[in-house]
Amino acid sequence: MAGRTIVITSGKGGVGKTTTTANLGAGLALLGKKVAVIDADIGLRNLDLALGLENRIVYHLVDVVEGNCKLRQALIKDKRFDNLSLLPAAQTREKDSVTPEQMKRLCDELRLEFDYVLMDSPAGIEHGFRNSVAGADEAIIVTTPEMAAVRDADRIVGILEAMEIEHPRLLINRMKMDMVRRNDMMDIEDILEILAIDLIGVVPYDEGIIVSANKGEPVVFNSRSIAGQAYKNIVRRLEGEDIPIMSLNGAPTFLERLKTLFSISKSKSS
Amino acid sequence: MPFFKNFFGRRKAGSKETATERLRLVLIHDRMETSNTFFDDMKKELLGVISKYVEIDENLTKVNFNRSDTSVALEATIAIKNVKRPYQDRERS
Repeated sequence: MAGRTIVITSGKGGVGKTTTTANLGAGLALLGKKVAVIDADIGLRNLDLALGLENRIVYHLVDVVEGNCKLRQALIKDKRFDNLSLLPAAQTREKDSVTPEQMKRLCDELRLEFDYVLMDSPAGIEHGFRNSVAGADEAIIVTTPEMAAVRDADRIVGILEAMEIEHPRLLINRMKMDMVRRNDMMDIEDILEILAIDLIGVVPYDEGIIVSANKGEPVVFNSRSIAGQAYKNIVRRLEGEDIPIMSLNGAPTFLERLKTLFSISKSKSS
Repeated sequence: MPFFKNFFGRRKAGSKETATERLRLVLIHDRMETSNTFFDDMKKELLGVISKYVEIDENLTKVNFNRSDTSVALEATIAIKNVKRPYQDRERS
């Protein structure tokens, strides 16, 4: 059976596409799936860092499409899981050194061997983005609860529709629970109502993401990380399981607990 | 007790409503702008429907989107040349 090809994209830069690709890839590998993650951001290679594989690159994506090496030679097996492989981006090449047709052929070759092929798309809506979408039959759009990111996500939904990728799913990243509670951040419902697409998951803001990026270890490997748990849930939803969205209420702050206490005593006295 | 009311009372509005509303309005504009044919298609169809009932002077007809800080409105001024007189009678007889 041919594997699934999924592009991770966003429009706006810096919302967590690469982190998401690394964690979904690692999370699927944890479930025993054979996964290939492709860094489609030619010229701005980063997925290798997220996975801690930066010192093992010999060949890259452009080498493969130009026939300088075999696909097998360019794939780097993760040291923790041999069912997770990275196809790194070329660092010193132009974005237009690959065509959409070449990307499509590459994905079709990979899906014969892997259960999942995940493409880390570059920011923007130009050539590199279109390349990363060319071989995909599904899309995950990453956004954060900020106006600019949601606006760009809306643009991406429109372009994906035109490129005949139906039903892209939304991943809301870096949700800050305390800000939502203060009414200072758009919540899940606000964003879903505006974009009118399906939700695949919500990843809360977690400093552990930065720590894990520093170490080159996807946060799904950290069983105590809340973001890692959220990514694990998304992985299971990809696999078709019906996992409810994590409660965003978390633990109430001291002030909120005080507030609750006070409102109870007030209602008792009245 | 006003002090407690302010301190523990209803939660303040916050900036999220502002963000949601601004985003909603800007996306109406974005979505229309990103399609070359959206507006022309809609205008053509709109005038087509009205033309079934009245005769329109296309030269004096204006259809626009009007944006303010709080809303987006479709505004149309449609100049009528003539009304199709037998319309009502024909229906009834």
